[in-house]
Amino acid sequence: MEFLQPATWSEALAMKAAKPEAVPIAGGTDLMVEINLDHRRPATIIDLTHIKELTEWGMDDGRLRIGAGVTYARIIDELGDRLPGLAMASRTVGSPQIRNRGTVGGNLGTASPAGDAHPPLLATEAIVELASTKGTRQVAANEFFAGPKKNAMRADELIAAFLVEPARGPQQFSKVGTRNAMVIAVCSLALAVDPKRKHVGIGIGSAGPTPIRAAEAETFIQEVLEEHRLWERHVHCEPSALKQFGELVAAAAKPIDDVRGTADYRRHALAVLARRTFRWAWDDYRKSK
Amino acid sequence: MNVNGVDHPAPTDPRRLLSDHIRHDIGLTGTHVGCEHGVCGCCTVLFDGAPVRSCLMLAIQAEGHQVTTIEGLAPDGAPLHPVQQAFHETHGLQCGFCTPGFVMSVVGLLKQNPDPTPEEIDEGISGNLCRCTGYASIRRAVLRAAELSR
Repeated sequence: MEFLQPATWSEALAMKAAKPEAVPIAGGTDLMVEINLDHRRPATIIDLTHIKELTEWGMDDGRLRIGAGVTYARIIDELGDRLPGLAMASRTVGSPQIRNRGTVGGNLGTASPAGDAHPPLLATEAIVELASTKGTRQVAANEFFAGPKKNAMRADELIAAFLVEPARGPQQFSKVGTRNAMVIAVCSLALAVDPKRKHVGIGIGSAGPTPIRAAEAETFIQEVLEEHRLWERHVHCEPSALKQFGELVAAAAKPIDDVRGTADYRRHALAVLARRTFRWAWDDYRKSK
Repeated sequence: MNVNGVDHPAPTDPRRLLSDHIRHDIGLTGTHVGCEHGVCGCCTVLFDGAPVRSCLMLAIQAEGHQVTTIEGLAPDGAPLHPVQQAFHETHGLQCGFCTPGFVMSVVGLLKQNPDPTPEEIDEGISGNLCRCTGYASIRRAVLRAAELSR
């Protein structure tokens, strides 16, 4: 195995261009498991942990630009106030040891349908910044996931950062699993309420070949909120509307039966998570009046 | 890399896991290896002060960093580290295989949060598995360690 350890971002991009088959490693919490279990034997690894730029975050034209190497632990500590949904999801990732190493960039690179960071990125319409020696391009999170553990990256590209607007309203994340720590989600859901745009974003995880944005459910709940002037009146929406909302979220999923749960259970649980997280978020919105 | 205050040469094999490097090349066998895929927490060490799983890192990734293992908490002949002392006092172990990992996790937890609530303790040790104790005595050990560290 060849081990490349670039000290700078431009060096990393040059290495990836020269060896497109090289596998990037950040926190190693996905890749090292595959290597240790002999599911994968990469001929070349590029270690991205020595590149300072990847560990930085800051504001960029109204959005937070967060380097791909920022760990879950730092998202929770440093960005929990600005990205509450992503921070909630980050708190459910693995264990303290995993959160001290694992990164959102790595989660995107693995592109598992069960990746905990993905639903909040979908719900907040985040953008993934990809880079190669030819330049950078931005891909909407919604278009980034291409299949189970497949994403929109070209072989010569690396993930530089993700961009997301700081929360303007309540955000929630909820996940079903057999215990709080160290589980791969049976299913998960993130919801982001944006009072300024009168927008509700919903991302679901572990319930299809990719993480999925529940666009029809978003449109439905926005119409309900608009029609009954609930944004202005700060009251709860009708239980019948919430029920339909949950059904639309469940319908957006494309789950399968597997070792963690059945497709039927996942659809049922997603409808519950959708109603529940919306009620939590809407309660917060009402109180913020 | 610097392990417990002592500089060590880089591993010669890039495939070497940090856990194997610590045990086989440096000879510090207090760091245990249980599952080797990031589940059991036995191999927990402090990496620049924060608990990490040393089986999920290549040793070469630790170049230029500070690693603390269980041996680094209390030098030979010195009194036990408060967390070790607390595990001793409250019987926070039976067979002891998981103990170095638990102790390192708790050292990291208390450093970040010197006065954890019971919920925060559960969260702090959620990445370590123990087959013997049922965790009750380990929770007591964490409370006692917080007390001893004050």
